[in-house]
Amino acid sequence: MAKFDSGVKEYRDLYWTPDYTPLDTDLLACFKVVGQAGVPREEVAAAVAAESSTGTWSTVWSELLTDLEYYKGRTYRIEDVPGDKEAFYAFIAYPLDLFEEGSVVNVLTSLVGNVFGFKALRSLRLEDIRFPIAYIKTCGGPPAGIQLERDRLNKYGRPLLGATIKPKLGLSAKNYGRSVYECLRGGLDLTKDDENINSQPFMRWRDRWDFVADAIHKAERETGERKGHYLNVTAATPEEMYKRAEYAKELGMPIIMHDFLTGGFTANTGLANWCRENGMLLHIHRAMHAVIDRNPHHGIHFRVLAKCLRLSGGDQLHTGTVVGKLEGDRQSTLGFVDQLRESFVPEDRSRGIFFDQDWGSMPGVFAVASGGIHVWHMPALLNIFGDDSILQFGGGTQGHPWGNAAGACANRVALEASVKARNEGRDLERESKDILTAAAQHSPELAIAMETWKEIVFEFDTVDKLDVQ
Amino acid sequence: MSVTGDYHTKNTLETFSFLPALTQEEVYAQINYMLSQGLTPGIEHEAPENAMDNYWTMWKLPFFGETDLNNVVNELESCRREYPDHNIRLTGYDNYTQSQGVNFVVFKAQGSSSRVW
Repeated sequence: MAKFDSGVKEYRDLYWTPDYTPLDTDLLACFKVVGQAGVPREEVAAAVAAESSTGTWSTVWSELLTDLEYYKGRTYRIEDVPGDKEAFYAFIAYPLDLFEEGSVVNVLTSLVGNVFGFKALRSLRLEDIRFPIAYIKTCGGPPAGIQLERDRLNKYGRPLLGATIKPKLGLSAKNYGRSVYECLRGGLDLTKDDENINSQPFMRWRDRWDFVADAIHKAERETGERKGHYLNVTAATPEEMYKRAEYAKELGMPIIMHDFLTGGFTANTGLANWCRENGMLLHIHRAMHAVIDRNPHHGIHFRVLAKCLRLSGGDQLHTGTVVGKLEGDRQSTLGFVDQLRESFVPEDRSRGIFFDQDWGSMPGVFAVASGGIHVWHMPALLNIFGDDSILQFGGGTQGHPWGNAAGACANRVALEASVKARNEGRDLERESKDILTAAAQHSPELAIAMETWKEIVFEFDTVDKLDVQ
Repeated sequence: MSVTGDYHTKNTLETFSFLPALTQEEVYAQINYMLSQGLTPGIEHEAPENAMDNYWTMWKLPFFGETDLNNVVNELESCRREYPDHNIRLTGYDNYTQSQGVNFVVFKAQGSSSRVW
C-alpha cells in the first residue's frame, strides 16, 4: 500500500499508460488537443484523462481510501492530426463504473466538464466516444425508432417528406393551421413547428394544438394517407412540457418535438421516456449545436451529440443537408448519420469515425435533412440520405407560386420519381435533371417548382472539415 | 402578376401514388429491384374503403425465397382476377429491419382509375 505523499505530481506518471489495452467495457474517447507551448504531449494528454476522471491538481490523502487504478481514466494512445502541426489526438479509456447507468448527462459532465477550461490547454475538442454495449443497454434510446415509426405512419420504401411552417414567427393559430393543412393535403407526410415557436403572445400553444389537430384530421380524411405535425413542446420547465405533451396525446396527435440542446439532456431523456410510455413519436431539433460543434479545434463534434441523443432518446434528428444552406461536410455527415441508424458502425477515419461502435438492439433514429433545399436537390438528397430519412422543404414547399399544396405536390412527385429511378438502377446525381424533367411532364406543379428554384445553389466552403490530407 | 393554379386534393395510396400509373415494364423493374435487395415479396388486397387500415388481407403467404419475377407477376395477376374490386399492393419484407423496403399499389380497384397492364 502506498504512503500518502502530498504535493503536485506530473499527470503523466499516473494517467499516461501507453501499454494499456482498453477493455470491451471501457468507455473510450478521442479528443483533439492543442496544449500550451512547451508542455509535452504526454503531459497534456494525461492531464485531460485526469481532469475528466478521477484526478485533481494536487494529491489528496483520501485517494488512498479507494483503488484509483480501478477508477482512473487513462490516455492510452496519442496520434498526430493529419494536416495539423499543432493539434494531436488523445485516446482515453474510462472505466464503466465512472458513469451512472442510463445518464448521458453524467457522461458529458465528466468528459466535457471542467477539463475544457483547463489552463494547460489552448483548445480541446471531443471528437468521438465509443460507448460500450454494456452502457448502451442501460439507456432508453429512441421512444419508437425507425421501424415502429414507419409502421405507425404507414410509410415504406421511401424517405418521409416534411416542411417547417413559415413564417416561423407571427402567425395566428388559425392561419398557422391553414398552412399546415395546405402542406399536408398537397402530399407532405409531416409538417413541423419552427424551433423558435413555443407559446408566444401571437399564438399560444393550446390554440396551435387545436387548429393543427383539425388540419391533420381533415388532411387524413381527404387524402387517405397518415399525416403528422411536430408539435414543439419545448418550454421553460419540464412540467410545462409534459402538460403540452399530454394535450397533444389527448388530441390524437402522433408526434411531438423537443430542442435537445437548449432544453438539455435531462429534459430530453425524461420526455423520451414519456413518449415511450404514451405511444408518441419524438422529433428532435438541434438549436445551439453549431455553437458547440462548428469550431474544428474546440468543443464537441456533432457525431458525439448525435450519439448522445440516440442514447437519450429521439425518433428523428436534424443532421444537416450537405447540399442546402447550412454547413455540413458530406463524408462527415454520412458518418454520424450511420451512428443514428445502424446497429454496428465500424471505425472509418474517412468519415470521421474513430471507433467501432456496437449499438446492439437500440432502435434507429431518422436522419432529418432540412434547411435551404428544394426540388432540384431531391435526387441528390435521396442518394446521400437513403430511405431512412426525412427530407424537409420549408421555403421549397411554401414558396411555390401556387402555394403550399402545389409545392408539397411538386416535392412528392420529385421524391417518388427519384425513388423509382433509383430502384430502376439509374444514377441519381448524374441523371438528376433528366429524372426531374421527365417527372415534370406529368406534373405542372413540379414544372413550376423547377422553374422557380432553378438558379438557387449554396456553394460555400465547409468550415469544419475532416482531418484528412 | 403570376397566374396561380387551383390545386385539387388527391386521394392517394402512399408510395408512388403521385406518379402516373406505372407501366407493366416499370412494375417489373420495381419487382426486380425488390428481388435484388433480397426482400421477400408479399401481396395484399383490400376494399378501397378500408385503405387506411394497418392490415390489408394477405394473398396467400409471403413468397419466401422467391427470386423469379414471373412467379411474382403471376401471383399479382391471380390476386387481381380474384379481387378485381380491391386495391392490390406489393410489399417487400425485410427480415433484418422487420420493415418493408418496398410497398406500393400495383392495381387500383376497378371503378376507381384502375391500373391495367
